Amino acid sequence: MALKMVKGSIDRMFDKNLQDLVRGIRNHKEDEAKYISQCIDEIKQELKQDNIAVKANAVCKLTYLQMLGYDISWAAFNIIEVMSASKFTFKRIGYLAASQCFHEGTDVIMLTTNQIRKDLSSPNQYDTGVALTGLSCFVTPDLARDLANDIMTLMSHTKPYIRKKAVLIMYKVFLKYPESLRPAFPRLKEKLEDPDPGVQSAAVNVICELARRNPKNYLSLAPLFFKLMTSSTNNWVLIKIIKLFGALTPLEPRLGKKLIEPLTNLIHSTSAMSLLYECVNTVIAVLISLSSGMPNHSASIQLCVQKLRILIEDSDQNLKYLGLLAMSKILKTHPKSVQSHKDLILQCLDDKDESIRLRALDLLYGMVSKKNLMEIVKKLMIHVDKAEGTTYRDELLTKIIDICSQSNYQYITNFEWYISILVELTRLEGTRHGHLIAAQMLDVAIRVKAIRKFAVSQMAMLLDNAHLIASNTQRNGICEVLYAAAWICGEFSEHLEEANQTLEAMLRPKVTTLPGHIQAVYVQNMVKLYASILQQKEQAGEKEAAQEITQLMIERLPQFVQSADLEVQERASCILQLIKYIQKLQVKEVPVAEEVIALFAGELNPVAPKAQKKVPVPEGLDLDAWINEPPSDSESEDEKPKTIFHEEEQRHSRHRQPEIDEEELARRREARKQEQANNPFYIKSSPSPQKRYQDTPGVEHIPVVQIDLSVPLKVPGMPMSDQYVKLEEERRHKQKLEKDKKKKKQKKEKRGKHHRHNSLHTESEEDIAPAHHVDIITEEMPENALPSDEDDKDPNDPYKALDIDLDKPLADSEKLPVQRHRNVETLKSPDSEVPLVEKKSKKPKKKEKKHKDKERDKGKKKEKEKKVVEEEEEEEEKKGEDLDFWLSTAPPTAPTPQAQSEPGTGTAVVAESQEVKKEEREEQDEEEEDEGKKSSKHKKKKHKKEKEEKSKDKKKSKKKSHHSEEEPPVSVQNGTLEDEPLPPMSSYRLLAENPYIKMTYDIQGNLQNDSQVTVSVIFENKSTSFLKSMELNVLDSLNTKMLRPEGSSVHDGIPVPFQLPPGISNEAQFVFTLQSIVMAQKLKGTLSFIVKNDEGSTHEKLDFKLHFSCASYLITTPCYSDAFAKLLESGDLHMSSIKVDGISISFQHLLAKICFHHHFSVVERVDSCASMYSRSIQGHHVCLLVKKGENSVSIDGKCNDSTLLSNLLDEMKETLSKC
Amino acid sequence: MIKAILIFNNHGKPRLSKFYQRYSEDTQQQIIRETFHLVSKRDENVCNFLEGGLLIGGSDNKLIYRHYATLYFVFCVDSSESELGILDLIQVFVETLDKCFENVCELDLIFHVDKVHNILAEMVMGGMVLETNMNEIVTQIDAQNKLEKSEALSSHDSLSAMSRSWSYPYLSNPDTTGSLNLKRTHLFPVGKNKAKDAALSTPPQL
Repeated sequence: MALKMVKGSIDRMFDKNLQDLVRGIRNHKEDEAKYISQCIDEIKQELKQDNIAVKANAVCKLTYLQMLGYDISWAAFNIIEVMSASKFTFKRIGYLAASQCFHEGTDVIMLTTNQIRKDLSSPNQYDTGVALTGLSCFVTPDLARDLANDIMTLMSHTKPYIRKKAVLIMYKVFLKYPESLRPAFPRLKEKLEDPDPGVQSAAVNVICELARRNPKNYLSLAPLFFKLMTSSTNNWVLIKIIKLFGALTPLEPRLGKKLIEPLTNLIHSTSAMSLLYECVNTVIAVLISLSSGMPNHSASIQLCVQKLRILIEDSDQNLKYLGLLAMSKILKTHPKSVQSHKDLILQCLDDKDESIRLRALDLLYGMVSKKNLMEIVKKLMIHVDKAEGTTYRDELLTKIIDICSQSNYQYITNFEWYISILVELTRLEGTRHGHLIAAQMLDVAIRVKAIRKFAVSQMAMLLDNAHLIASNTQRNGICEVLYAAAWICGEFSEHLEEANQTLEAMLRPKVTTLPGHIQAVYVQNMVKLYASILQQKEQAGEKEAAQEITQLMIERLPQFVQSADLEVQERASCILQLIKYIQKLQVKEVPVAEEVIALFAGELNPVAPKAQKKVPVPEGLDLDAWINEPPSDSESEDEKPKTIFHEEEQRHSRHRQPEIDEEELARRREARKQEQANNPFYIKSSPSPQKRYQDTPGVEHIPVVQIDLSVPLKVPGMPMSDQYVKLEEERRHKQKLEKDKKKKKQKKEKRGKHHRHNSLHTESEEDIAPAHHVDIITEEMPENALPSDEDDKDPNDPYKALDIDLDKPLADSEKLPVQRHRNVETLKSPDSEVPLVEKKSKKPKKKEKKHKDKERDKGKKKEKEKKVVEEEEEEEEKKGEDLDFWLSTAPPTAPTPQAQSEPGTGTAVVAESQEVKKEEREEQDEEEEDEGKKSSKHKKKKHKKEKEEKSKDKKKSKKKSHHSEEEPPVSVQNGTLEDEPLPPMSSYRLLAENPYIKMTYDIQGNLQNDSQVTVSVIFENKSTSFLKSMELNVLDSLNTKMLRPEGSSVHDGIPVPFQLPPGISNEAQFVFTLQSIVMAQKLKGTLSFIVKNDEGSTHEKLDFKLHFSCASYLITTPCYSDAFAKLLESGDLHMSSIKVDGISISFQHLLAKICFHHHFSVVERVDSCASMYSRSIQGHHVCLLVKKGENSVSIDGKCNDSTLLSNLLDEMKETLSKC
Repeated sequence: MIKAILIFNNHGKPRLSKFYQRYSEDTQQQIIRETFHLVSKRDENVCNFLEGGLLIGGSDNKLIYRHYATLYFVFCVDSSESELGILDLIQVFVETLDKCFENVCELDLIFHVDKVHNILAEMVMGGMVLETNMNEIVTQIDAQNKLEKSEALSSHDSLSAMSRSWSYPYLSNPDTTGSLNLKRTHLFPVGKNKAKDAALSTPPQL
């Protein structure tokens, strides 16, 4: 035993530390793996020891091995042990190891929750810091949920070091636990104005990252960011904000207009290239979002382009690269401005840096026009020749094809040139893009009829030189072009001059080395070729030649019959059989050509790729219905063998007598069609019924192409595209001269013809008429094609979950207790946005959890979810108001913004917008006041309507357009079944008013606590003096008490956590506890405050009466109709009813009112009858049946408590009687 | 967001790897290898951006790297990061390393990868830039080292393990495996990169 201990300590002395391990590995170059496995064994031993230092050392080594690619997840538990060491030294090692190898699949990760929580609250800031850092790497949904509160608390830590880490990690928490976003967001927003620049920067970072994914939810932060942008001098922060604005402007073009000026100023003033670059980028985004309507934006574009040119011309490759990148963004909307810098961009193609060349290529794509296409492509072809490295060459190749084929070959004026280019490209070795070239060849040959003759001659040449193309390797992608070549030669064999030669080329033994699918096309098309040769010879009466060619086929085809490729073999044997039969006929001197050629009769039309999808399903056709009822199991067993047998017999008989009767032909055609349909390279024939194979190709109606004689029809040898460039120039020159002449002569005759075929090419188009009158056959679409709907987003997008409306106020169910601690802070910073005066410290947290558990127990998931949503909606108003207040409140303590920041224009706008908001706020309050007067008594006016209005107003105020006409109100979601517009409704009622101050209030039930309600009071300073030291006090009743901070007596008032400069309003919230909620309550209260103006300060008081209506104890809760029915059946509800006459408003309107003012939700609605439901904070169910008569409404109510019900109905009566 | 931070030498040997997204160890190694292949092919005087594309998470991502003496510092970032900003961040990182290790060289990174991690953790957290002010970073690192030292002194138990980690073992035991240039080649100054006070004119205390 003792020996063991001694041995243990000796071992420990000889433990390797990280340095020893590294050195050891370096000394064992030869058998590294073996050495490491030894080390891992040692580490395993070390991990078994009790000494934490040894363990930590072992874990440290493991972290190193992890970097080398060794899986260390087996040590996860030991890592946790080291994480929970008391010493920072070890803790840090543990957290580092965890951050490197923990992930959501690590099962022991849940063991860390408490340890992390402990570390987060450690008095040592570095313990906290290290835990935050580690957590940021391995946070899981569970950890995020459990620790969200703790982290949120840390966001207000005294040390900026912790604050900034806590702020930053919130992003990860949001990602894993999206529910935390809304409760945490106010605080996060607060951190945007943290005194510590690091914290501020972290907050900007997080919000920018959030906003990037779901920009629309963050539009309301624009003013705040705008302020930051004009005041911050931290380039990191500026860059982030400017990038954020780049993401926001597409959603709100008016924001862009506002941004242009400060951004332009920054562009002019900054010396930081990164900032300049981001500014330019955002200006571009703004310009794109505006795209029109800005009178002087051409100046901005010029500025951008000019700055970018400077970047591109810079010797710093990084700037050059970025300049090109940004240039390509401008290109999309303002191609003209970029085109003038063509020289510069072409120059970049010569750059030694591949990334830069690729960027330049991207730009070129957008820069081509009819005029410069040939020139640009010529340059590119030179680069193709020079290019080293296949990637870049392939990139060039695809770009050339992209450039030429874009927008339906819009820029190609001479298709012979294009075919030559394609043929030239086939000489590229080792390209992967053979199929691309092939597809282009096919497409052009099919769609540009005029070019077929030329194309066929070129393709024949390719086939002739197939050995050059296919020689190198089997894997050579370029041999794909032979596929196209063979097909084109076969399909358009009538244009072939030396068909015999081509056929022979296709029959060469070498062909059998090509990939199977190409051989298959060869086989198929050599028959087409054969057919046309046969016809030729027969017509010419050269019987012997015809027989010779048949003989040739019979001799050579067997090499394909032996092919290992199924497709090739099948086709070849089939065709061989066919040809043997033909031979027999030939011997009998029967003319066969007509019949053979009939095999391939028919015209091909390109079909749009989506055509199939868009064929509308005819009415009355159910694609899912059985055509024949499926036979029952017993039947099928009996019959199946029979059918198989039957089929087989048929097949056999056909084999024996290969007669080419009409039926057989039809079958083959069918088969051919089938084959073509399944062949991706085959441009599918038209589905339209007019174009059957029987029809002779309708040549007449196709505009016949006239080939300009200045272009030689046949170019000897492989074509050289270069010569076209020259020819083209000459041609254009000639054209121009001609045109000039014609102009003089006022001639029209010949040119009229031009125009008929080229409605596309208007005069303005650079005056370049195409060399060929090109008829580009447009792709066919079925009649009544359905509109497409393609934009399907990735449902697995992790950021989708964060698409949360942050302007909505927080629901109680979402609220986390952290908010309650903010009293003190808000006192100090009156400009912060949510001044809550809820003193609940720790209670709510537990309560909430309990509540949640309760809900979970219910097990009715759906119901729960829906409930939560509704609750959210219910609570939203409060928050919406807050944000609005934040927006409308000018920070009283802040100095005037002008003094603060340098670019005057930007801040002027801010100041202005704030003023506007003030005005607008006043307007609103006036409105409210009016309403308050109208309803002399307490009237529950509520909700969404008002909020919507406000948010709209808010937007407007941002855009400086006040005095807006009424927006069409949006229908209330809750309880609205039609989209009928509803009048605005406000939930705030007048509390009290004197010349200094006006108070309006609203009461909301608190779902988390069955005996609490929250009273939100808006204080508005109507005077020209400064109001401060406001204190609100009420005389508690036995039943209803104001929640005061611990230690204060019932006579103490609660300070209002802000001061009010003149004309400003702000909102505070007060929590009240109540015992019974069955009756409405009234509380007397007083607001005392100090009025401070130039003459001095005076003490003032304002008395008020707070009215708690029964409806304010209700919480909008959704209910399913079956649950509702059960409730009614249960029999423990008391019933009561009312009837109100003289109702003139619509039923829907009426329901909305009840929903809004009395917190009900509609369960079901049938015609003019609806059932509604709500629940009190103490769990009373309230069910209503609302029926509308001619001009009366009757409401039957059921509730657990009869007093509550009758009070509620009374209140409702009052509301309705006003309608 | 920064998706990954890799440091490897001219031979592709990883010196530090930090992934802010989960990848299996094998994938991590593959990413390191491929990144090395992409980056090492490039000349000294070409731009420092690479469209990494398929490497990590798609076309939104870019590789932004710098080459100092024997080491490549590669940041894989998405489009929310400013390219030039990240270049400067790398510079800040290296300068911070230089301060913490006093004339940093590859050996420091080889033997003290844990410390490099700790320094990095003060700059980048969970893929987001935490701090760009070098003095602030160094202050925090120093404070933590001090804390560590005081812990080491207060305990005999861990003394043996810790004291060794604080020495520079390779000074007394010159490592002579030939594959690396083991002379203390300073990462600084490296001509071009140092000279390029680069994109952000307001230097590190941005």
